[in-house]
Amino acid sequence: MIGTGISVKSTTARRRHPLARVAVVALALGLLGGGYALAAPNGSTADAAIASGKADDTAQGKSLFVAHCASCHGMNAEGTDKAPTLIGVGAAAVDFQVSSGRMPMGDAGPQALRKPRPEWATDEAISQLAAYVQSLGGGPTIPTADQVDPAQGDPAKGGELFRANCIQCHNFTGSGGALTYGKHAPTLNPATPTEIYEAMITGPQAMPVFNDTTISPEQKRDMIAYITHVRKQVDPGGSGLMRIGPVTEGLVAWIAGIGLLSLAAIWITAKRRRVKA
Amino acid sequence: MNAPPKAIAGTSTFLDERLGAGSFLKRNLRKIFPDHWSFLLGEIALYSFIILLLTGTFLTFWFKPGMGHTTYLGSYAPLYGVQMSEAYASTLHITFDVRGGLLIRQMHHWAALLFVAGMMVHMLRVFFTGAYRKPRELNWLIGVLLLSLALVEGLTGYSLPDDLLSGAGLRITQGVALSIPIVGTYISFFLFGGEYPGHDVISRFYSLHILLIPGILLALISAHMILMWVQKHTQMPGKGRTESNVVGAPFYPAFMAKAGAFFLFTFGVIALLGTFAQINPVWLYGPYTPADISAGSQPDFYMGFLEGSLRLMPAWEFNLFGYTFAMSVLIPALVPLGIVMTGLALYPFLEQWVTGDRREHHVCDRPRNNPHRTAIGMAGITFYGVLWLLGANDEISSTFHISLYTTTILGRIAIFVGPAIAYFVAYRICIGLQRKDAEVLSHGVESGVIKRMPNGQYIEVHTPPAEDIAAHIRGKKEIPIIEGGVDGEEVPPKGLRSGVGRLRAKMSKAYGTDHVPFHEEEVEEHAAVGAGEHKQLH
Repeated sequence: MIGTGISVKSTTARRRHPLARVAVVALALGLLGGGYALAAPNGSTADAAIASGKADDTAQGKSLFVAHCASCHGMNAEGTDKAPTLIGVGAAAVDFQVSSGRMPMGDAGPQALRKPRPEWATDEAISQLAAYVQSLGGGPTIPTADQVDPAQGDPAKGGELFRANCIQCHNFTGSGGALTYGKHAPTLNPATPTEIYEAMITGPQAMPVFNDTTISPEQKRDMIAYITHVRKQVDPGGSGLMRIGPVTEGLVAWIAGIGLLSLAAIWITAKRRRVKA
Repeated sequence: MNAPPKAIAGTSTFLDERLGAGSFLKRNLRKIFPDHWSFLLGEIALYSFIILLLTGTFLTFWFKPGMGHTTYLGSYAPLYGVQMSEAYASTLHITFDVRGGLLIRQMHHWAALLFVAGMMVHMLRVFFTGAYRKPRELNWLIGVLLLSLALVEGLTGYSLPDDLLSGAGLRITQGVALSIPIVGTYISFFLFGGEYPGHDVISRFYSLHILLIPGILLALISAHMILMWVQKHTQMPGKGRTESNVVGAPFYPAFMAKAGAFFLFTFGVIALLGTFAQINPVWLYGPYTPADISAGSQPDFYMGFLEGSLRLMPAWEFNLFGYTFAMSVLIPALVPLGIVMTGLALYPFLEQWVTGDRREHHVCDRPRNNPHRTAIGMAGITFYGVLWLLGANDEISSTFHISLYTTTILGRIAIFVGPAIAYFVAYRICIGLQRKDAEVLSHGVESGVIKRMPNGQYIEVHTPPAEDIAAHIRGKKEIPIIEGGVDGEEVPPKGLRSGVGRLRAKMSKAYGTDHVPFHEEEVEEHAAVGAGEHKQLH
């Protein structure tokens, strides 16, 4: 082959060797097994591998991209009139959008909604896709497990940042809220810590980007600690009533409160004293 | 019969000789109260008020109405070490560190919602049955005053915890104060003791919330009850019920038992809600800082209509003589409140003016029998309801996936069109129900018995309505119409010659005309025929 120092003839000869088939199968199995061993048990290793854009992941990612993304984002992720370019959005954006089921987008609405992932979008496929997009022009990378570990954050500090930066769209408790032109800020309850981090650094849909100079990685971890702490909290006062505040409280006061008391009034007055004839 | 034991007889004689309690009780314990479920609705408010006083007193034992800065070191972890005001910290303390504190706080808040809601349903009952008519206009005015004060009491109450949500409400209150032309800034500085939010507003609201307004509420409620007691309760029309009697159960023992049971029901429902439904979770809202605001910031339901009017209003403002007139805040803050409260207060007098009716009324109207009043009431409910609904337009938008601007635009149309449609529909329903009543009186009730006549014809046997139902229906009274001026044949009376007078005569005719008069003769005839009466099937 040209420039490799190995003649075409000798390669051809090796290919025809009786043990070549065995060797190829063994190599493939070894790569698969080794790759799996590297990727599966410890997420951070896989994340690191994606961050560095390992070559074969990139190749796999490209074929996934062509199959599932290119019809809107263009064959080389250059963007079309239907969808923006993905050059420079980074692995974090891909991981956020695909792992939350927002991409591939179902039908064109005001914004992409969280939905169950398609069957092909396994964790591995997403990491390959992310590696491919990362290889196109860099961008924010997927955070490490340490960076998003709620146990290492300070929920009280995170709460203050959360109230200052997030609740004007996502509500006090992350229950979500309305935005203009049919868009909405989604509830934060189903989002994983990694997705929350990625949303902050990539600014999906109508959300602004909170980069590391605005909110440091430690502060982001504090916010994740607050969000995950509050959402798994058992409401001490009974049913949380969707945790959206006075609207549902008013409904309950009228429907349950006034409803029950009206029934009680009807019941009490239904029993009349018999008038003596 | 045995004589009462000496201990009881002695004590009661002692009291009787000094207080005259015996004759007072003899007169009043046998007071008759009519029986109708809707007459108990006002008691929801009364009993909620008692529960509010009790739970509120409990809360004052720990609540610190201060805006001094403190660091929270209590047991709620997600706020540990956070800077906040004393008021908010003590609310968290009541919630998480006082035994039963959260339950009592929640019961206080639910009781507040039921207090206002109870007043509203009671007021609607009084309105639609015309129970506000002479001689009860003053009691109606006291009721309107009570409702207005309850709104202020609620606003000052939910502002006290100094959490982020209540701060949003306080900020709007300040915005409204500022929007008042010329004196706005002075009012704001006076209310907050300087720049917003300052250090005084919580302790000032506290004095108003626990001392002044409850005191006035208590006095007005007492006046309301005494007037009701002295003027006697109205009753629904029915058999044996006239303008000069009250048919029902005596206060002691029957009505007292019912009222006592209803207090326990109210207490039970409030305890149930306080236990199983979380209300005003201030720990989730966080401490107030003027820089933060959350999506889904709504006031308690009774302030919702003001929130809605603010959200509906286009951004209109202009400058005049160096002053800014912020109509975008001033109009939504004052106009709907003015329409609703002034309209309520004036309605009895406007109705008297239109009908010229100076008689006393002790028997209520069925809502259908005064179709214009019912229609006006429904239009008012629709006006209020649209504003109330639009106060939650962001929750509606995000829950039902309707564009936020669409809700605003629809609301702006509905606020004008909705009441008109409601008026028309309610009026037609009233007339329809009156026709149904007339038919029941003149043709009787379908018995479900089908008869075959000898000639092969099928007929359904109609029976006369039950005596009490017929009496209930016959309770319909004509609405007086002021005389003259309408047909133009004669010279109108003195007061009706001007433009206003002519309008008054016209309105009186529209308001009072009975479109479905009962044909009593026909009823007599049918009654004479009796149970065997038949009517041809259509």
